[in-house]
Amino acid sequence: MNQIVEKVLFSEKVAKFVVDAPRIARSRKPGHFVIIRVDEKGERIPLTIAGADPVKGTIDLVVQKMGVSSAKLFELNIGDHILDVVGPLGKATHIHNAGTILACGGGVGVAPMLPIVEAFKKAGNRVISIIAARNKDLIILEDEIRKWSDEVIIMTDDGSYGTKGLVTAGAEMVIQRETVNECIAIGPAVMMKFTSLLTKKYQIPTQASLNAIMVDGTGMCGACRVSVGGHTRFTCIDGPEFDAHQIDFDELIVRLGGYAAEERLANERFLKLN
Amino acid sequence: MEWRAELRKKIANKERTLMVRTRMPEMDPAVRIRFQDREVNTGLTVAQAQSEASRCLDCANPTCIEGCPVSINIPKFVKYIELGSFLEAAKTLKETSALPAVCGRVCPQEKQCEATCFYTVKLQKDPVAIGHLERFAADYERESGFVSVPEVAPSNGIKVAAVGSGPASLSFAGDMIKLGYDVTVFEALHEVGGVLKYGIPEFRLPNKIVDVEIDNLRQMGVKFVRNFIVGKTASFDDLKAEGFEAFFVASGAGLPRFMNIPGENFNGILSSNEYLTRVNLMNAASDEFDTPVLRGKNVAVIGGGNTAMDSVRTAKRLGAERAIIIYRRSREEMPARVEEVHHAEEEGIEFLNLANPVEYFADENGKVNGMRVQRMTLGEPDASGRRRPIVLEGSEYDIAVDLVVVAVGVSPNPLIPSEVKELKVSKWGTIEVNEETMQSSIPELFAGGDIVRGGATVILAMGDGRKAAASMHEYLQGKR
Repeated sequence: MNQIVEKVLFSEKVAKFVVDAPRIARSRKPGHFVIIRVDEKGERIPLTIAGADPVKGTIDLVVQKMGVSSAKLFELNIGDHILDVVGPLGKATHIHNAGTILACGGGVGVAPMLPIVEAFKKAGNRVISIIAARNKDLIILEDEIRKWSDEVIIMTDDGSYGTKGLVTAGAEMVIQRETVNECIAIGPAVMMKFTSLLTKKYQIPTQASLNAIMVDGTGMCGACRVSVGGHTRFTCIDGPEFDAHQIDFDELIVRLGGYAAEERLANERFLKLN
Repeated sequence: MEWRAELRKKIANKERTLMVRTRMPEMDPAVRIRFQDREVNTGLTVAQAQSEASRCLDCANPTCIEGCPVSINIPKFVKYIELGSFLEAAKTLKETSALPAVCGRVCPQEKQCEATCFYTVKLQKDPVAIGHLERFAADYERESGFVSVPEVAPSNGIKVAAVGSGPASLSFAGDMIKLGYDVTVFEALHEVGGVLKYGIPEFRLPNKIVDVEIDNLRQMGVKFVRNFIVGKTASFDDLKAEGFEAFFVASGAGLPRFMNIPGENFNGILSSNEYLTRVNLMNAASDEFDTPVLRGKNVAVIGGGNTAMDSVRTAKRLGAERAIIIYRRSREEMPARVEEVHHAEEEGIEFLNLANPVEYFADENGKVNGMRVQRMTLGEPDASGRRRPIVLEGSEYDIAVDLVVVAVGVSPNPLIPSEVKELKVSKWGTIEVNEETMQSSIPELFAGGDIVRGGATVILAMGDGRKAAASMHEYLQGKR
């Protein structure tokens, strides 16, 4: 049982939960994720850790309301408990001094990007961050990202904030302007796919953090398998970050829809009950 | 043991050997395939159990015990059943086994105790149904309400940890707590029991039966910590700093193998671990639970082991019209328990033997809709002693499938070996141990079960747990 000690609404559908998890707060590193189960009947869902306070013993989780499980979590408030939280899982981001880092975050992908940006900055890199979303309401953690970035570029699909356009437009502008040594992309699979295609064109090493479907998160089930460089890898133990230029994003996108019909049914049942 | 001498005299051996082995009563196949959660075997009645127990000759040299990886005193518990002292029989089981109700259900007795039974070896007759009797005694005790808690030595205050909560760890924990140690079992999942919970289906091993055995350990003083991944949530060094002096790593063979053939990553193709975990651990077959499971009309399960049987029979229960086992060798080489294959047949499972998948096909949405298999033939025996399957060139043909479960084996879970750099690991990823002591290259770290064996049985894992407990005890006492 892990208590929620803080809940911050970023938008109607996105919120940050600060959750009591002292062990994980101490052992987690940028890039790690946790698996949570909201209640007895809940799914096990992976959530990337957006930050942690080892002194207070808390971790930050940013959640977008999508299906049944995220909706259930979204309904919880300060003082409520999440039944199970396990982690930290996955391999931590390889943080080093590379020179200039271009960090591209789309939607809620900005949350897991935050600790990575912070770590790269602390390692002495010049960090340029791009925060992209459909519209102004969905831009999250701007102040926090600014704190650890030399420059922040905001991109919105509808132009309601920052520059109108996709994350790739902002990224290409930076790449043409100055030398970028490494890139990191976190967000929806399609966004990562196109960011990866762009950086491949400019031969910039790029890591993407994948959000595959998982059950246990410890290598046991293989639901999260992904093709990287022609080999099957497990996102949970081999990832979640991989060399973006080697990832078969089209396969990933198809696999993310593997339970779409079942999820739709479950969502309908859930909405009827509530 | 005067009572046993008396009992031996009651019926002449000749008469005993003329009795016929009792058959395990089971649910009608037509009925049971509608229920994921009802046990197939319904258990012996008191009369059946006593009659079966009286077949046992109480041999002077009981070879059956040698066939048991945890050395249960088989004739003693069987004779208690003949005598009608069922609770004593259960107590006898618990002297050396932490999980009698489990073993009575899932052990491959035909390869172990029953294979070395006097009837099998000397009389060429059906062995005493030791497994059925074990289950009877354990079930009788549980249902009687008089569950005995084995005696434990006074606490010695020495903290030891087991990593993983499957059969190896539970068996280890049972022995260590009896010796007076302060035992904590760490489990990564939200449920204690490991493969007994996520892997073996309800129709073969109900979770509530596993829970009773775990509760028994809890009453003996074993502590269980769930949602805790040793090596991740806390390191071994962290735990040492918290006072743990030795560890038993039994983190299992939790890494499913795939065949790496074209199309294997299409949707609708999943590992048996995923399929069974969704259904068994996450209750995905029930609408009340949020976790989904794919249901297929034409389900192919690849493999011939117990996990393959569990998967294919689960598919049948979840509504498959055709549920097919595809196995590259013949029936004789199937590693599954004889009883499971027999039950699967009764339930209308199709067996496509001497066939191997080579490619999968999918519809426009990336969902599997067919597979290509090739026929095989058998050649000379390989290292496992089984005849090697050989491809029959040009024998490929296609079958329509909408769900495929891959049950071709598992590899050791890499979490611990990857977190503990000094640990010696084989090229297969299993932890290397001294076979006698189960001690690894790190003296305070012992290991057993599938992380050492790479995919074996519940009972062999339990045997490892016992062995590790005995040698860890010796190691820790030697340090004092």
